[in-house]
Amino acid sequence: MIAWILQAVTVSVMNLRNLPARWGSSLVAVIGIAGVVLVLVGILSMARGFEAALTDGTAPENVIVMRGSATSELDSGIGADEANVIAEAPGVAKDADGNALASPELFVVVDVPRKSTGTSSNVPLRGVSPAAFGVRESFRIIEGRNFTPGMYEIIVGRGASGQFAGLAVGDSVKWGQNSWQVVGVFETGGAADSEIWADARAVQDAYRRGNSYNTLRVKLESADSFAMFKDALTTNPQLNVRVLTEREYYADQARMLSGFISGIGVGVAFLMGLGAMFGAVNTMSTAVANRSREIATLRALGFGKTAVMVSVLTEAIVLGIAGGLLGGALAWALFNGYQVSTLSWSSFSQVTFAFRVTPELLVDGASYSLLLGLLGGILPAFRAVRRPVATALRQL
Amino acid sequence: MKYLGLLWANLRRRRMRLVFTLLSVLVAFLLFTYLAAVKTAFTAGLDVAGADRLVTIHKVSLIQLLPVSYANRIASVEGVEKVAHNTWFGGYYQDPKNQLAMFPVQETYFEIYPEYTVSAEHMENWRRERTGIIVGESTMRRFGWKVGDRVPISTGIWQNKDGSNTWEFTISGVYTAGKEGTDTTAVLPHYEYFEEARAFGEGMVGWFVIQIANADRAAEISDEIDALFANSPYETKTSPEKAFMQGFMNQIGDIGAIFTAIVSVVFFTLLLVAGNTMAQSVRERTPEIAVLKALGFTNARIVRLLLAESLLLAALGGGTGLGLAWWLVTAGGDPTGGFLPAFFVETSTLVLGVAMIFVLGLASGALPAWQAARLNTVTAFRKVV
Repeated sequence: MIAWILQAVTVSVMNLRNLPARWGSSLVAVIGIAGVVLVLVGILSMARGFEAALTDGTAPENVIVMRGSATSELDSGIGADEANVIAEAPGVAKDADGNALASPELFVVVDVPRKSTGTSSNVPLRGVSPAAFGVRESFRIIEGRNFTPGMYEIIVGRGASGQFAGLAVGDSVKWGQNSWQVVGVFETGGAADSEIWADARAVQDAYRRGNSYNTLRVKLESADSFAMFKDALTTNPQLNVRVLTEREYYADQARMLSGFISGIGVGVAFLMGLGAMFGAVNTMSTAVANRSREIATLRALGFGKTAVMVSVLTEAIVLGIAGGLLGGALAWALFNGYQVSTLSWSSFSQVTFAFRVTPELLVDGASYSLLLGLLGGILPAFRAVRRPVATALRQL
Repeated sequence: MKYLGLLWANLRRRRMRLVFTLLSVLVAFLLFTYLAAVKTAFTAGLDVAGADRLVTIHKVSLIQLLPVSYANRIASVEGVEKVAHNTWFGGYYQDPKNQLAMFPVQETYFEIYPEYTVSAEHMENWRRERTGIIVGESTMRRFGWKVGDRVPISTGIWQNKDGSNTWEFTISGVYTAGKEGTDTTAVLPHYEYFEEARAFGEGMVGWFVIQIANADRAAEISDEIDALFANSPYETKTSPEKAFMQGFMNQIGDIGAIFTAIVSVVFFTLLLVAGNTMAQSVRERTPEIAVLKALGFTNARIVRLLLAESLLLAALGGGTGLGLAWWLVTAGGDPTGGFLPAFFVETSTLVLGVAMIFVLGLASGALPAWQAARLNTVTAFRKVV
């Protein structure tokens, strides 16, 4: 057994040291596999980034209350009376002064030009009540100041301020007949970073919403109060509402687009992987053909079939892994942290997000490259030992 | 042509390599064509957008509603032939995931969009049935609907006067694509039914589509329409249909561009891999080429033979890939099950594909062919013996 392992190691090491002699065709196999991993990791990092932009920063005890039939905040509508009933439901957390942490909010869409192209984009404008800042504990102003209640002033989420033009502190923007003053930039570390915020009353006024809202954002005393809170609202005959945790709501919003992107990514990487694997088979077959004298000599010297096969597979795996590492590194360098924004179908507005090349994705990419190398090496490995030693030697 | 036998023999000398090279070329062209079709699905609307059609939306955003009474005022602008309006219904069938491109319309809509082809009989059904809908053929297929079916459609937005958000509709007819690229997913109920039955928002609609007599006057007429409503509570923004759709497409943003870039990486990596193998197979045959030269083959003829060989390989692999993708798209249909507005392979994609086959064949054959031509017969023979 030990002798067998020694044989395999000896032949593999010898073979790998000869790799530079075949660098041209080996390099092509490596590039092929690197391309596959680059594409796989690149596309999936887009899906991950999109998901993360929506679901990060959601607190387990935060819930969204929408009208019964609504599929998103945009569709929903809730009157001021209903909002008051909801704020008094059991399980709602209170701030230090005893006010309910329930923020009735408006959600509308405004047209803002994109910085990179100047073309117009739907950016969400959220009208918030004072409780909004208590509900979202991670909220902080990173530039300028917060808006003054009752004034036509806006603060811009960090992501949105990076992607869209004319939203710098001090700028003034005109939507419809109203001018708004940009007074600050904020960060919550979640979906709100793609949004613009203003005082709910100002938004009601500008958009002729009377005293109605789109949704309520509520902080519960704890995540365990959810069932109690939900039952209280859904059994109340005065109300017809849907209650979702923030996390559920945003995961649902992210699902369609990230599912579509991931589906395409996996499909493309699979097919492309086939192509690259065929390339690797060719490279390895050529390598084996070039080594036929060497292999025959080794066999004549007493090295076993398996030792030779192991050496071929090792070479294929090394090429695969090299491709995987190269592709992963490229994906990381090119994509990680890259900021973009796109239209989220469910809220009909722009979500700003950064590509995320996570360690898990890199591991997935490397595993895939290893698999491709291994699969690419199997056939050539068998070919390497197929010919009887005597026949192979005769050709020397 | 008389060398076809020689070409074929050369290709077949290593069958495994031939098979794997063909397969990698095939995969490259399959991916290229299929992904191009997916991309086309998102941009096809642009090609069918009429130059003589304008779209008027609320100036602040598409989601803000406009008074239906604007239709008459728009119609009074000189050069405007027909005006129709749409309202986003936010409909879904059974599950919110089954979103429908649904908007209530009036009959003028079909006059402005003649590419929505409806038979006279179906149109007559629709006129008669208050709750009737005309449905695009791909949506019919998606849910297995038949003409005459009664379908409940829910909406996240519009409550009806019964206090329910589920509306009953009857399928009066089907429309098919009159032009390649026409969206065949739309569901079109009567505006009159929608207007009477909705619990709120009466008299308000989403946007207007306008047919004008002379496409050259589009900019002028747009300005005139917007001027009508300037300083009103509902200011408008009018643009040619194509610009409107382009604007919509731009919203998808950099993601589209990144996607195109990634697909190019896929394609060129695969071509590199395949091209290298093809070149290699020629390099291995140095001794044979020397024999051909010794037999009196001219350099030009050898170059032609080698190029023909790599072209043949590219054409076999690439042609099969293109064909297979075309078949998958045409017979297999929309991979998202009816979510894409249109799914087909554009002629320009096929043309580009064929051009790429030539590029691949020539590029992978050029270097080895040049080397073969430069080959010194005597030196090469020394390797043989």
